[in-house]
Amino acid sequence: MSASTETTYASASAAMPIGTPRHHIIIFAGLLVLLLIAPYVLYPVFIMKILCFALFASALNLLLGFGGLLSFGHAAFFGSASYVTAHAAKVWGLTPEVSILLGTVAAAFLGLVIGALAIRRQGIYFAMVTLAFAQMIFFFALQAPFTGGEDGIQAVPRGDLFGFIPLANDMTLYFVVLAIVFGGLLAIYRIIHSPFGQVLKAIRDNEPRSISLGYKVNRYKLAVFVMSATLAGMAGATKALVFQLASLTDVYWSMSGEVVLMTLLGGMGTIFGPFVGAAVIVTMQNYFASFGAWVTVLQGTIFVVSVLLFREGIIGVLSRWLKKPL
Amino acid sequence: MFELLGIPPQALFGQLLLGLINGSFYALLSLGLAVIFGLLNIINFSHGAQYMMGAFVAWMALTWLGIPYWGALVIVPLVVGATGVVIERLMISKLYHLDHLYGLLLTFGLALIIQGLFRNQFGVSGLPYSIPPQLSGGTNLGFMFLPNYRGWVVLASLVVCFGTWFAIERTRLGAYLRAATENPTLVGAFGINVPRMITLTYGFGVALAAFAGVLAAPIYSVNPNMGADLIIVVFAVVVIGGMGSILGAILTGFGLGIVEGLTKVFYPEASSVAIFVIMAIVLLVKPAGLFGRTA
Repeated sequence: MSASTETTYASASAAMPIGTPRHHIIIFAGLLVLLLIAPYVLYPVFIMKILCFALFASALNLLLGFGGLLSFGHAAFFGSASYVTAHAAKVWGLTPEVSILLGTVAAAFLGLVIGALAIRRQGIYFAMVTLAFAQMIFFFALQAPFTGGEDGIQAVPRGDLFGFIPLANDMTLYFVVLAIVFGGLLAIYRIIHSPFGQVLKAIRDNEPRSISLGYKVNRYKLAVFVMSATLAGMAGATKALVFQLASLTDVYWSMSGEVVLMTLLGGMGTIFGPFVGAAVIVTMQNYFASFGAWVTVLQGTIFVVSVLLFREGIIGVLSRWLKKPL
Repeated sequence: MFELLGIPPQALFGQLLLGLINGSFYALLSLGLAVIFGLLNIINFSHGAQYMMGAFVAWMALTWLGIPYWGALVIVPLVVGATGVVIERLMISKLYHLDHLYGLLLTFGLALIIQGLFRNQFGVSGLPYSIPPQLSGGTNLGFMFLPNYRGWVVLASLVVCFGTWFAIERTRLGAYLRAATENPTLVGAFGINVPRMITLTYGFGVALAAFAGVLAAPIYSVNPNMGADLIIVVFAVVVIGGMGSILGAILTGFGLGIVEGLTKVFYPEASSVAIFVIMAIVLLVKPAGLFGRTA
């Protein structure tokens, strides 16, 4: 990559220049410090849930916010990875890191298959196709012999990391989960700010022009779809170990809707939005759980209000006020 | 008696009929989606919830007001359609200048609200709705026993589908509609109130879903989740049929219902995924759908 092309990229998208602005480094560092302190103040499993969903939402945001592709079936990757990880850890007795890796690879493979078919349609059709494929995975999970049907895979052992660090303790597991999720977030940040990410944004903003510039648009779309599916799978795999459970909820379409809501509420196309959106929604679900189906009504209302009045999301609005990309 | 491929004919025709009935609902619902999509360019994610509302409002009309099935068949689509008109005016009309995905997200949120409210009110166990006395019993067709109500569902669905197709493809009003999908500004310049037409189209599409809900009430138990899973199958039907075409929605709806029924006879485990497998194949071969004009 020559220097001249790089400047063209930078000037073409002033909103999100290539390279790393200092305030991003500060936010990442602050977030890390906050997350290192958090388990001493709050219940670690609760924060781990937020972390897993933050990674899931950020993975979706990579596809939706930066690739302009609305997948309404991301639960397929999240859920199937959690099933594979749970099965690997429980039945095959593999170590946690290998189980998570297997789950993530399974999601990547699934992402390649579904993505290759789904990118053949555009816009809302794309959303419907991903949703329909996710439902196919749901029925598979419901009927396949190893998934435990309605019960799911329960009592998944957390095992020993690398065979000698026991993860049964919530605190130990917390720092492993933090490392995985933070690594995932940094990877997403890196992807967005690479030349690949710049092409992606060009495709999002004007696909015909990107085609006429000679970019193999479908290859870029498939690549980002697979990356997003892989990271969503990593989130699902981690979640399976945290809760020691893989269930139909992970793969059901309302899960796909939830993660879209997190992204929308936090701010599509922002870096930190999905994290904030996930934190808000997970907190809400935790504290309002006793209200039963009213949580669904509340989530629906947040959806409607976000779409009608609050499309930029929390971080989107903040970013506009501060006049800085967040 | 004779056997076809080792399957007793009763089982085969029974599943074919079941497939045809499911197909009736697929066709009615994908038709409603196609009508709404045609003019509003919005995928109505709350279509399943509105179908569920149709069944519930029919139940409420019978239980609380004593309105029987035949009255519900007329009144319920009007009532639920009216809620559609309100939704279009208050919410969807604010989104036309935005990316289509916002319409999908908005209607998804609405579906969550509607389903949540009904779940709070009625629980998830399901309520019974009895078959109207005029249609109870069945007819012996010689090769199989046809419950009268099921025959009526297929007939009613066919009539409504044909009526809608005729209205859109063969009448002056339909011509206005089709013209407005092509160029709303120009049609508006001819003195036709396009925004009102859009509102009424949404109301009509919602009414179609509610009509399907009333038809479904005596067959399936009336419960808040009855639309949630159906809608995704209908999305697959829509992708297979191709969204551009009214006829495509109808034919694919019935066709896939039958295919699903046949799968249940020959390989029951695959019946719930059969439609999605077909969708994958169609996407590979003909991404615009079987009847679609453009991708």
